[in-house]
Amino acid sequence: MGAPSSLWVYLATTPLLWLTLTVVIWILADWLAQLSGRNPLVNPVMIAIALVSAILLATGTSYGTYFTGAQFIHFLLGPTTVAIAIPLYKNWPTVRRKALPMLAALIAGTATSIVSAIAVGAALGLPRDVLISLAPKSVTAPVAMSLSESLGGVPALTAVLVVFTGVLGAVVVTPLMNAMGLRDYAARGFAAGLAAHGIGTARAFVVDPVAGTFAGIAMGLSAILSSLLIPVIVRLLFPTA
Amino acid sequence: MLRAFAILLACQLAGETIARALALPLPGPVIGLVILVMLLFAVERRHLVDSSTIDGTSLGKVANGLLAVLGVLFVPAGVGVIQNLGLLGEYGAALAAALVVSTLLTLTVTVWVFVGVSRLIERDG
Repeated sequence: MGAPSSLWVYLATTPLLWLTLTVVIWILADWLAQLSGRNPLVNPVMIAIALVSAILLATGTSYGTYFTGAQFIHFLLGPTTVAIAIPLYKNWPTVRRKALPMLAALIAGTATSIVSAIAVGAALGLPRDVLISLAPKSVTAPVAMSLSESLGGVPALTAVLVVFTGVLGAVVVTPLMNAMGLRDYAARGFAAGLAAHGIGTARAFVVDPVAGTFAGIAMGLSAILSSLLIPVIVRLLFPTA
Repeated sequence: MLRAFAILLACQLAGETIARALALPLPGPVIGLVILVMLLFAVERRHLVDSSTIDGTSLGKVANGLLAVLGVLFVPAGVGVIQNLGLLGEYGAALAAALVVSTLLTLTVTVWVFVGVSRLIERDG
């Protein structure tokens, strides 16, 4: 018992183990998604999060320890967001042609996202701070959390709701669009990025590069518009703030 | 490859700097994205890149390689969120209902406004 357990004590505290685990679990989750023929219900982000969480729970590993390794993956979110510049540049003629549809869909979609979330939540009796935490659920996590914090919400709760919204949007977008008979991948991608930020954008890039590009644009633009709209809506609805 | 990665990092760094300096409500990487697109157009004028060859450059290969595995980058933060599930507390069911209704509605409104305005423009033009 002595040797293996001391080996575990050593490995469990090195970043290497948790970095490797994250990558290997992702490969497994993505392989399952591929086996299913990229069935939207078999979402690799959701599967990988669930598997890693189960392993942390089973081994009694704290999130802090896990993150010492996983931070190297997390860090790549920044440069990868910048990398969306390449498909954006490549598809620029299409993007330019769709400027007006994008602007209209941005305003309608962002307003719908905020107002419908607050309306349903309020109808079900959620208190004020929870509603404020819910309002930016479709916005990319760093912006959503800072909006929540500045308006009197709970940023950590907002982060939970943002990730759930992302996974939910990524899972439902393909069947929903197919059911409505829509084949315009620019429009489908834009909706995915607007409603489900980066996780929706990841799904869009798997489906089609043009969809991914429009999803990336929607994610960026809706972060800007939400930063302007959410404070106004919250102050209108909760004048005491 | 390293040069391509340096370009992405430098654009992000510039974006973070601008976001902080001007107190913009935008993540630094999104500003970095805009900077890189502007740089690509500036370089295009000198006939150094164009949209048909960008994928074959080392920058194109690194960028597309990263975007192909975008999903894995959300796993560390997503796992952190699972640790905070307790925050949902007694509101779990109401929050789930709000997320489902709002996400479906947002996807539907966004896609139909996009498609509707596209069709209007094409009819006129």
